[in-house]
This record gives sequence, C-alpha cells and structure tokens, in this order.
Amino acid sequence: MTAVQAVTLIVVALAGTAVVVTRDPARQALVASVFGLSLAVLFLAFQAPDVALSQIVVGAVALPAMIMLALRKIIRREEVNRGER
Amino acid sequence: MSFLPYAVAAWLLLVGLYGIVTSRNLVHLVVCLTVVQSSTYVLLLAIGYRSGATAPIFADIPTSRSVVDPIVATLTLTDVVVEATVAALLLALAVQAHRRFGTLDPNEMGALRG
Amino acid sequence: MSQRLRLLLFGAGALGLAVVLAWGFAGLPSFGDFDGRYGKVLAHSAVPQIKATSAVGATTLDYRGFDTLVEEFILFTAAVGVVVLLRVQRAEDEVPAEPEAVRRPTARSGSLRSVATALVGPVLLLGIDIVVHGHLTPGGGFQGGVILMTALFLIYLGGAHMNLGRLRPLGAMEASEGVGAAGFAVIGLGGMVIAGAYLENFIAPGAVGSLVSAGDLPLLNIAVGLEVMGALLVVLGEFLDQRLLMRKGQA
Repeated sequence: MTAVQAVTLIVVALAGTAVVVTRDPARQALVASVFGLSLAVLFLAFQAPDVALSQIVVGAVALPAMIMLALRKIIRREEVNRGER
Repeated sequence: MSFLPYAVAAWLLLVGLYGIVTSRNLVHLVVCLTVVQSSTYVLLLAIGYRSGATAPIFADIPTSRSVVDPIVATLTLTDVVVEATVAALLLALAVQAHRRFGTLDPNEMGALRG
Repeated sequence: MSQRLRLLLFGAGALGLAVVLAWGFAGLPSFGDFDGRYGKVLAHSAVPQIKATSAVGATTLDYRGFDTLVEEFILFTAAVGVVVLLRVQRAEDEVPAEPEAVRRPTARSGSLRSVATALVGPVLLLGIDIVVHGHLTPGGGFQGGVILMTALFLIYLGGAHMNLGRLRPLGAMEASEGVGAAGFAVIGLGGMVIAGAYLENFIAPGAVGSLVSAGDLPLLNIAVGLEVMGALLVVLGEFLDQRLLMRKGQA
C-alpha cells in the first residue's frame, strides 16, 4: 500500500465521521461535498479514474445542490406556515 | 497495514448507521445514508486492487501490463450516479413528510393513518 | 421506545456487526493480492476482441451490458418517483410562488453570474468529449452525463433561462431522458436482430484507438449520457419548482 493511499484512507474516514457528526443539514451539505472530493482522490489512488470522474461531479456538485434545494423547499413551507398563523 | 482499507470501509458503515439511528432530522439522515453507500464503494475498489498494477486503460500501455480489476470499477461507477438519484428520491420523500407532519424529526412523526 | 434504550440496542447490534465484519474481512485476500481470473480475462480481451482501449468502458457496455441496462432503469424510475412526489402535489399546494428577487438567486452577484455564463460552453464541450470517448479513455455515458448536467445547471446559476424556441425546455429534458433509456434498450434489440443475442455487439469493431470503433459502444455511451443528463436535470428542475428551465417571456 502506498503512502498516498494510506493518507487518503485516513482522510476519508475522518471526513465521513465529520459528515455524521455535523447535525445541521445546511452545514452538512458542505461537509458532504468535502467528503465526496476526498473519496474521489481515494478512487484515483486506487487506480480507478472512471469512478473518480463520476464521484467528483456527483459528490461535490450534484448531491450538495440537491440537499440545499430540498432544504430551501422545507424552509419556505415553514415560513408560509408561520406567516399564516 | 493491509487491513486499513477494509477497516475504513467497516468504520464508514458503522458510523453512518450510528448517524441514521440517532438522527433528529430527515435530511441529515439521508446524508448519513450516502456515507453508508460510500463504504461499499471503498470496499469494492479495495478488493479489486492489485499491487503494482495500473488503471485498466490500454490507450498508452502495452496490453500485457497488469491492471486492476475492471469489473469492480464498472459496478462502482454506475452505482455512484444511480445512488445519487435515489438519494434525491429520499430527499423528495423528506420534503413531503415535512409537508404532511409539519416537522422533520423522525421521533415526532406520528403513525401513518389511513 | 426511549432514546437511551434505542441507543443501547444499536450499540449491541453494532458490536455484533463489527465482529462479523472483522471475521469476514479476515477471510479476504490481503490488500493488493486479488487474483480474479474473470477480471483478468476481461481486461486482456477488451482490446483484441472489441478494439476498445478502455477495459472499464468495454466491461460496462458490452461484457456486463445487462447490469448497465438495469442500472439505467433504476435511474429512470428514481427520477419518475421524484416527479410523482413533487409535481403532483404542487397543483394542490398552498405555498405561493416566490417573488422575482428571490427566484433569481444570483441576481445580485455579478462575478458569479459572469463566471457561470463563461463556463457553460467549455463544460458542455468537455461533457460531450467525455461521453463520446468513453471506449478509448476514462469516461463514458455516466461521467459525461453528469458533466453535461452541470453545464446546463450553470445556465441557471448565471441568471439566464434556457430558451429552446418552441420546444418546452423541461419537456426537452424529459424527452432526452426517455430517448436515452429507450435508445439503450433499442440498440440491444439491434443486437438481437442482427447478431443473434440481445445487447450483442453487432457493429464491426473497427481500428483500435479511432473514434468510430468498438462496435456499438459509442452509440450506447451517447444513449446513457442523454439519459443521465435528462434524469438529473428533471430531478433538479422539480426541486427548483421548474424554474430551472423556463421559456423566455415567462416571468
């Protein structure tokens, strides 16, 4: 096992723990983006460039965007509910 | 040291499950689920790796060179994109649940009523 | 069931799972010593048999084409599920539409708008390049499809709307998704009709390393790319209440 792989594995484990420990979903979206990037570097270190390509876009762009958009819908509904009452 | 990839995969699985079980917010729960999914990717690619081998692209290397396993790469790359869309589906469910129950806390959502 | 009791129960279960995982992983070959014959056979017959220099591309679309077909349909179904959940409810919804200033999130940030608009063209070209060269270099339908999705999403971030003339933009995205999914299945039928087996590679392999080679792999890559781009844009459009793609003149 090379040094790059070992270091990236540790970073991935730490980032994964950080994602779970962050309780606020809006902040968690950004931490998930960092986690996705570290996974992409790990896949590259494991000699799988195809998987790294998919993971970069999905994990760092698409998934955090969807989380933020879902949160936006929820917050809007809460504002409307509060405004009506 | 060679058990490290498997240990990281197991750790990600357990930590993600802990996040799901103790979650108080449905959106947080879905993101923890993606952590669990990524543990399977790490496990698959760790299994398919061969020491001293390179990526399975023969555009610039002779075809006799040893490469890592291409099958696990295939499984993982289709899985990455598909699981992101499934996570989007779960987020849509969370949005609808909030609309129905007024809260995102799984503990406070009432039972389903017919 | 109280929170503490649930946590204790989870702790016991997790401990058991950890023990079983450790025992299972101990039986795996040590990291780097994997001797998978199937993988070796596929990797070393991709070039002579199909003339595709990317063994992963050849495996995804030819040797394990059925798995990719099923995964495509999972993607399609998940996108349809999001549409069913969010669009049908919108008709009977009480939440009013947002005012214009909120609808354009980048209206006030000039640098974000200019960078996003400038990047649309290059990212679009990059996406097409990666989709089409999937059988030669790392890439293919899935990777290129998500990059194409990012390119079109940048149009929204740049504060503009996608104007496709008479064609309704969201309808175009749904059509792209459908064409991609159906295209993959139909090309498989071509394999059944011409070569005798469903999804069999029925176009001549061609010369190694050229763009038009590896049989029907470029066509399948394009179908997958269309489907992935369409599905992800439909999902994002649902979350954005369809504001991602609007006709010009519609506020």
